[in-house]
Amino acid sequence: MTTRYTKDHEWVRLDGDVATVGISTYAAEQLGDVVYAELPAVGASFAQGADMAVVESAKTASDVYAPISGEVVDANAEIKGENWQIINDAPQGDGWFVKLKIANKAEFDALMDEAAYADYVKGL
Amino acid sequence: MAEAGSPKKLPLDALWRARTSKFGDFAGYDMPLQFEGLIGEHNWTRGHAGLFDVSHMGPSFFALPKGHGLEGDAAHKKVASLIERLVPADIQGLKPGQVRYTMITNAEGGVLDDLMIARPAEPGAAGDLYIVVNAGCKHQDWALIEDATKGEANLVRADDRCLLALQGPSAHVVASAVIDPALAEMSFMSVKRYDAFGRLTVTRSGYTGEDGYEILVRAEHAAELANALLAHAEVKPIGLGARDSLRLEAGLCLYGHDLDATTSPIEADLAWTIQKRRREAKDFPGAERISAELANGPKRKRVGIRPNDRAPAREGVEIQAGGRSVGVVTSGGFSPVLNAPISIGYVDSEFAELGSGIDLIIRGQARPATIVPLPFVPHKYVRKK
Repeated sequence: MTTRYTKDHEWVRLDGDVATVGISTYAAEQLGDVVYAELPAVGASFAQGADMAVVESAKTASDVYAPISGEVVDANAEIKGENWQIINDAPQGDGWFVKLKIANKAEFDALMDEAAYADYVKGL
Repeated sequence: MAEAGSPKKLPLDALWRARTSKFGDFAGYDMPLQFEGLIGEHNWTRGHAGLFDVSHMGPSFFALPKGHGLEGDAAHKKVASLIERLVPADIQGLKPGQVRYTMITNAEGGVLDDLMIARPAEPGAAGDLYIVVNAGCKHQDWALIEDATKGEANLVRADDRCLLALQGPSAHVVASAVIDPALAEMSFMSVKRYDAFGRLTVTRSGYTGEDGYEILVRAEHAAELANALLAHAEVKPIGLGARDSLRLEAGLCLYGHDLDATTSPIEADLAWTIQKRRREAKDFPGAERISAELANGPKRKRVGIRPNDRAPAREGVEIQAGGRSVGVVTSGGFSPVLNAPISIGYVDSEFAELGSGIDLIIRGQARPATIVPLPFVPHKYVRKK
């Protein structure tokens, strides 16, 4: 399964037509300790680029955008249960935000791959 | 009112850069924002001692001209009467070595800046005041002071020096060991000079709610002092990020956010900074509005707010009661000590009662919250006689 990235530091991993979405390790490090996060309800639909979730650190509040269009089929119960530490501990693993049933695979293919994202972050 | 162009570097820029890469522009200065992590730094300061570089601020000396011919209290009363043209505090009444928190008010009773004014302890400095203003306001403040007192006193900027804040329950132990044992004997809100690291002007004061010191040191001795403090096991460097969460927990106002040219000291719950003599004389800028608010109460009040759930309410969040807009959040974030979100805001006075329920409109959604006393976390200032 390949992972792709947005310029806003979301990651997407595609398994069939279900995409798992979260924030990148870089984003989690920049944010620092997460003190609040808000995930969308299962069943909600988002167009690519729409506000989908919120993550807040002691420092700031950040919007998390839908990296690709789709319908929420699962939201991370750990995060819903206020275990926000998991976002800092494993941003690209157990700290995933939502799973989206995707509408258009071309949107996924157009995102940055691992190497392109690494280059992008280096340039920031 | 940050200065134009690229941000200025602190005299200790290299020293901080060796410890963090997280810098940001604040009030025209390139400031260290974070070292090991905001919450870790915050808690370290509450439990041990944090060292903050606040050299962006505006330390200055305001003094009668040489050969003024006055001594002791007479010299002090003269210089204090000049600065009282701009502030509502009783500066004439300061005892030698005493520091007072006050604000520069405008003719409409709004706040142009909040600041510290100190009367030096040393008899030889009679007729001098030590004044520390905010970074973002310093050029405005100094110009106001000079305009109001032209030919009667001189203002000397000291912002080419370093201002270091050492804050936390271990600050007195560290300061005694590194600078002078006499620092432990200072009372909170007092000032004293020390012949160490060149010459230091030290106030026992701060803006974190903790005991601590603010130390003015000449730039050429600053690294030596900072390194000596950092070498102590109880001291860690703390960035501007944690400085903000510490002052928020302490319920202290951040100028430009919780105070501005439209808020009066009375609305801001700072009536305690206007002493009796000035209240009676009504001889300060904005006295008309401020006196009326002292007598009848202000229309709106600064309050502490605890959201009932976990979502932080940050600056700009609208406050409603019964579906009607009654105020706005002016500072907000997360309290590491309470492990909960906290905010400061202004509400119409009828909703300022402690325990009142209000709604915070966060991302379009009304979230219940409660008016609570300030500070959120008790101050730990050391009062000595």
